[in-house]
Amino acid sequence: MYKLVVFILALLPALVLFGLASFGQLGPDPGKELVLNTGILALYFLLSTLAVTPFHRWFGWKRLVGYRRMMGLYSFFYASLHFLLVGQFLLGWSLAIFAEEFQERPYMALGMSAWLLMLPLALTSNRRAMKALKQYWKRLHRLVYVIAVLVAGHYLWQIRSDFFEPVFYSVLLMFLLLSRINTLGRAALSFQRLSPKVESKV
Amino acid sequence: MNDIPSFEITDESIYLERRKFISQSLTLGAGMMVANSSFAATQELKPLNYQPVIKDLDKGFYAKEPLTPYEDVKHYNNFYEFGTDKTDPSRYADLLTTDPWSVTIEGEVAKPGTYQLEDLLSWVDIEERVYRLRCVEAWSMVIPWQGFSLASLIKKVEPTSKAKYVAFETLYRPSEMPGQRSRTGTIDWPYVEGLRIDEAMHPLTLMAVGLYGRTMPNQNGAPIRLVVPWKYGFKSIKSIVKIRLLEKQPPTTWQTLAPREYGFYANVNPEVDHPRWSQKTERRLPSSLFRPNRRSTEKFNGYGEQVAHLYKGMNLRKFY
Repeated sequence: MYKLVVFILALLPALVLFGLASFGQLGPDPGKELVLNTGILALYFLLSTLAVTPFHRWFGWKRLVGYRRMMGLYSFFYASLHFLLVGQFLLGWSLAIFAEEFQERPYMALGMSAWLLMLPLALTSNRRAMKALKQYWKRLHRLVYVIAVLVAGHYLWQIRSDFFEPVFYSVLLMFLLLSRINTLGRAALSFQRLSPKVESKV
Repeated sequence: MNDIPSFEITDESIYLERRKFISQSLTLGAGMMVANSSFAATQELKPLNYQPVIKDLDKGFYAKEPLTPYEDVKHYNNFYEFGTDKTDPSRYADLLTTDPWSVTIEGEVAKPGTYQLEDLLSWVDIEERVYRLRCVEAWSMVIPWQGFSLASLIKKVEPTSKAKYVAFETLYRPSEMPGQRSRTGTIDWPYVEGLRIDEAMHPLTLMAVGLYGRTMPNQNGAPIRLVVPWKYGFKSIKSIVKIRLLEKQPPTTWQTLAPREYGFYANVNPEVDHPRWSQKTERRLPSSLFRPNRRSTEKFNGYGEQVAHLYKGMNLRKFY
């Protein structure tokens, strides 16, 4: 029951944004507004996903763990909308343009990479994939730390004059990453393909 | 020239009606009223008396394209003195005092001085121009401005032979401009801009005091601003308090802040990308969810016929 409420609440911003946009209530440049807002929403849900473990550990909020997958999938959902809207409004659908943007603009490359890395995580966010991948599932899903760094870079690289918001959110992301410094160390080790003994103690 | 589907023509016919009405019925002299918002929280935008636009396409004074609606022009602004969001200026600019207003003209001129806006306006005739405005952020509008050529003002103060550049400065008044109080902003106020003297003297270069036939809304740069249609919007400095004629090229705000990204010239040029985004296309506002209204950006914003000669022999990749 709670899950359904959270599910609807998390979907609400998308409904409101597209509702406003289709009734012309997002101003003269709705495409840009949608791009900015979906980007920020993807970031919020990424922050929420990463906040689950530390909040669980510090305050013993066990129930949060049950919402982590939904938060992660919503982050992917808003990131995908963000990506589609960039294609629709800012770049236009042309492979050549996307390739050029990827090569020439670091913030675009970071953003697109982050989305591409989210893709396998979203696709394996179910019990069947967990079972099939066994211990590799956890390793794979530690990609979220890489995604967080890419996302922070994607945002920081767009600063023009006022740096408050990008810096604020990047600090939050880094804080959530640093709060699991031990896990990060283990993740780094496991990426080096060390013995699964270290892994089994997680 | 782009073909314009009829559905793009908005109800700006209302504006055109009014324009006709104003030009026919008002018989005032050169005198002009300036918005007085010193005591009211809402702006009173008064009708202007002006010469309607000459529909001579060769001169570039008249962009024969659908206008961006008045409300959009007033509510979608880059005026970082009031905040960095597009809606910040319309939200916070009401409190700006624009009367009295004076403009200091100094440097390489025979008649330097601080002039009251009313005096300055008594020297010139107000005329109308319909220009495309292309922002460096890859959006654009079509706006009917009312104003006078910068050249007519510069001639009045008699520039000396040493006057090679013109520098402009926006009002610095943190008490009324919240963006100037930001602690995380990196702009060194006041905002400054500049032009080469031949650019400043070009007939397209306008000092605007109104748009859509009324005095300039505060968020659009009241009471007096620059409009240089073949350059990116940030060159068209708002709420001007100082004009200096100089021998050397003056520093400009965005160039100082990020010299790799913004040049002194800042001519609209689809061939030279901003390092962080492409300049090949633009979104003509208003756009909508179902009609993004993206179009190709034209070199010199489509004013090449009028201004390309100013840059003959210059490498526009180097002098961007």
